[in-house]
Amino acid sequence: MKALGRLFTVAAAAAAIGGLAAPAVAKDTIKVAVPSFLSGPAAGPFGVPSRNGAEMVIDAINSGKLPAPYNTKGFAGAVAEPDFIDEAGGNTKQVAEYRNLVQKRDMDVIIGYISSGSCAALAPVVEELKRLTVFAVCGTPRIFEESSRNYVFRTMAHATADSVAAAHYVAKMFPDVKSYTGINQNYAWGQDSWRDFSLAMGHLMPDAKASDKLQFPKIFAGQYGSEISALSLDKSELVHSSFWDGDLEGFIFQATPRGLFKRKKVVFTVGGTAAYRLGKKLPDGLILGARGPYGILVRDRKTALNEWFVNTYKDRYGTYPSGPAYQYGQAVLATKIAYDKAAEAAGGFPTQDQVIAAFKGMEFESFSTTVKMALAGGHQAITEHVYGITKWNDEDAEPGAVDIQFFPAECVMPPDGQSSVEWIEGGMKGAKC
Amino acid sequence: MNPAVGLNLQGPIAGGGTGRAMDLFITIVIDGLEFSSYLFIVSVGLTLIFGVMKILNVAHGNFYAWGAYSAAYLIGVWSESGFSDISTFAMIPVATIGVGVVLGVILERTLLRHMYHRDEVVIVLATFATFLILEDILLLTFGVDPYFAYQPMVALDAVEIGGIIRDVYKLTMIGLAIGIGVVLWFVLTQTKWGRLLTAVIYDREMATTMGVDVSMVYLVTFVIGAMLGALGGAYIAPTVSVAPGFGIDVIVLSFAVVVIGGMGSIPGAVIGALAVGMARATAVHQFPEVELFVVFVVMAVVLVFRPEGLFAPAKARKI
Amino acid sequence: MDRTRDLTMPGLIVGLGFCAIAGITFLPDWLVNILTISFARALAVVGLMVLWRTGLVSFGHALYYGLGAYTVAILAKEFGITEFFISVPIAILVSATLGFLLGFIIRRYREIFFAMLSLAFSMVLYGVLVKTEVLGSTDGFNVPSPSFLGMRSEDEVVNDKILYVVLCFVGMGVALAVHRYLKSTLGSLTTAIRDNEIRVEYLGFSVAWAIHVKYVMSAALAGLGGAMLSLTLGQVDPDSMVNWPVSGELVFVTILSGPGSVAAPFIGSVIFELIRTYAFEWLPHAWQLIVGGTLLLIIFFLPDGVWSLVRKLAPRKEA
Repeated sequence: MKALGRLFTVAAAAAAIGGLAAPAVAKDTIKVAVPSFLSGPAAGPFGVPSRNGAEMVIDAINSGKLPAPYNTKGFAGAVAEPDFIDEAGGNTKQVAEYRNLVQKRDMDVIIGYISSGSCAALAPVVEELKRLTVFAVCGTPRIFEESSRNYVFRTMAHATADSVAAAHYVAKMFPDVKSYTGINQNYAWGQDSWRDFSLAMGHLMPDAKASDKLQFPKIFAGQYGSEISALSLDKSELVHSSFWDGDLEGFIFQATPRGLFKRKKVVFTVGGTAAYRLGKKLPDGLILGARGPYGILVRDRKTALNEWFVNTYKDRYGTYPSGPAYQYGQAVLATKIAYDKAAEAAGGFPTQDQVIAAFKGMEFESFSTTVKMALAGGHQAITEHVYGITKWNDEDAEPGAVDIQFFPAECVMPPDGQSSVEWIEGGMKGAKC
Repeated sequence: MNPAVGLNLQGPIAGGGTGRAMDLFITIVIDGLEFSSYLFIVSVGLTLIFGVMKILNVAHGNFYAWGAYSAAYLIGVWSESGFSDISTFAMIPVATIGVGVVLGVILERTLLRHMYHRDEVVIVLATFATFLILEDILLLTFGVDPYFAYQPMVALDAVEIGGIIRDVYKLTMIGLAIGIGVVLWFVLTQTKWGRLLTAVIYDREMATTMGVDVSMVYLVTFVIGAMLGALGGAYIAPTVSVAPGFGIDVIVLSFAVVVIGGMGSIPGAVIGALAVGMARATAVHQFPEVELFVVFVVMAVVLVFRPEGLFAPAKARKI
Repeated sequence: MDRTRDLTMPGLIVGLGFCAIAGITFLPDWLVNILTISFARALAVVGLMVLWRTGLVSFGHALYYGLGAYTVAILAKEFGITEFFISVPIAILVSATLGFLLGFIIRRYREIFFAMLSLAFSMVLYGVLVKTEVLGSTDGFNVPSPSFLGMRSEDEVVNDKILYVVLCFVGMGVALAVHRYLKSTLGSLTTAIRDNEIRVEYLGFSVAWAIHVKYVMSAALAGLGGAMLSLTLGQVDPDSMVNWPVSGELVFVTILSGPGSVAAPFIGSVIFELIRTYAFEWLPHAWQLIVGGTLLLIIFFLPDGVWSLVRKLAPRKEA
């Protein structure tokens, strides 16, 4: 026990030295934690591009090399020291790690998180520990709907937009669809995605019938032989899927030789991440979303910011940026803008509260789109949404997309103050499409 | 629960004629056989090792994952060197034998050999520790980016059976499983080596007294078990995205198969694989809601009524 | 042995009392947080230690751990009950009741079968939770911080400290109670059962009943530990509370602690949490490797866990 006591004393002393940093004093550096999946099946398709996107934008901000108007150096002049940490291992572990990030390592801001589970688990902890946290990717609308948040921001649209836009796209491009089914991962993300999609379809295409044999395989199951058989035997013409990570790629691999994509129209709401990774193995004719205007669907947008993003990323990492790279880059950019804005208002290095005040309700040009922090008291972003259909580009020997359709932010996201399920159930009133 | 996910007992049979019902039946049987074959291949090595050495090897998941990664890597390299798709098949046995021998020998010689006198449960924990370590080494070796090795699957094309298209590659797995089963049966019952093994299983001390090199028998068994685990991974690799965390689920799945069949029994592994594979295929087609835990329900039910599995030999109580 | 008993009680009271006072006076928040998590887990480990002394290791105690956690969480979410002294006893009761019922089945099994059957039951609960959308499926849901006898501070940091101090005293109470139990006649049968069951029966004791009692006890303690953990973290989800690696982690800490004393789980659990925290901070890509490596080292060089080190530090105090 004595040894243990000594250990505590040492650790306590170490922590006391580390924990003396006081806010509001001008800073040369800020400590930024960037959590994303660095291990586990989501690392390759999501974690690595996320990390790269954040790294690239942080480096550019630190050296003042972003295109105008963001070519000022640093976050309110402070250089960011990023620490890339692993999001794998379950929500409860993430909660414990988050406490370490704030209490032990004293991070100034945390930018990241991919899984809805992580975000939902962390939101109350963020409020408790009162540290600015910018969620980059996670989808669930619950974050701001179950309680109002002061220290949490999310800089992309939530999952409702993915499902509603998918239904709009199907209604517009394939008005003859009579029946549809779904294959989604058996957890909150998959279940919510299907619920929103089928509810939205009920309003937009009331004559189309949902199948009663829905597939909900376990997440990370890897093998979908039986599910593909069941989908092949199902009479529905259209299949909805919110698969992501390795499951998405595995499913495409297994379903292609079995002719599923020739027999059915398949909507992949998060399919964008697979595009560059599968290359020529990605079949033509898949309906693809990228959780918003990101990745392959906006690659050819000719704005200075977008061209900088695509070219710099390709030069540095050897591949085009996929959705998560854009989304993490966007979260970092939003944080910089908020810091700079707050510094200007405060006339010096801003306190955290000043940064938060600046962040709220902010509207800014991001790399590929306009972001409005319009919902949840200015904490939740809305953006336009987009779907397209995969088509291999023979000329450049790279994957591409055709029949791209954009939907305005106010068309696919609920108005402020309304929960997304109520909004869809009530027939999406007030949507401006 | 989502109202749209309600239980439907009628199935598509209600909507179609007998042709559809027949198609559905054929599909369920083939899906079930494919999955059972996969389960048999990944779990037979586990049961073999347990039968002979009384070790429940959690690191079996590593053999599987390393087999898959090595095969996927080699197939990629081979294919990029300009060889034909069909020739990439050769990489599967290369990966199987390579991984099985290297990992099998290292683990048995450096770790397990020093533990045979310890408690069974402590050995399980040691293999759990090994699992954690090898999982990270795998990650450090191959990185986090998934590997795709579709060439063997593409080379074999597809056929239509029961109204749906199937890839031939998956069907060959059924043949492979039968082949492995027959070879193991032959070796264990019809050869001198098999009888030697039976002697060791039955009474280790007696076998030693009779001049059997038990240490060698253990090593060979462990390496064969490791190769079978690696083969499971290597053979499935072309059909999936080989990604981190690949070996985790298979551990629990193969444990379930082995426990249902009776630990250490090869016929048990056959029955266990068929029970789980068929139950899962039926669930996916008829009751997709229960798919997730059907495996563990089967396992719990079997254990409650036949604690030592369906095929385990009776054990004497020692006073 | 007699002198050791003399030291356990004062040692526990002084040790945990010191931790409680240190927590509210000078320890930094993050360390208090680590201690809270560790002590919550230690409660479950105490239960596993009782089983281990009988030679039984459960690879499925995450069943009760998760059940306790979810009970507290559901009471808060569905019934608005956040009073610590209501919801935590209910969690214990629920876990103990399930343990009592499953105990009738599970008490018939030993060794690896005991471990595997436990695993099967826990995975069934895992499957059910993942399927249950109202409970947030794999995402789980948030748990509000509890009130104590109706009192709750506006400041969450204060609540965390109160919870920590309460946990120190709960831990103290549990450890002392279990310590007394192990010294009782039924309790001291543990080692005898491990060594030779039939002999114990000839002595006129029911082995099945003795195991059943211990099993229920361990279930109740795991439930308590899970309940405390969910309150500490403010979050429950199936992967962190019920999935099989959680059970593995509990067994790991049991081995790490050693069976020597009821105080050992508290020390072992803190060490485990520190190893994990620092491994994760310094080597985010290889923390499993560190954890697995530690486990192997313990198995080989400290078979009686870190408690044997504590004993060596104070050799003269023992006869």
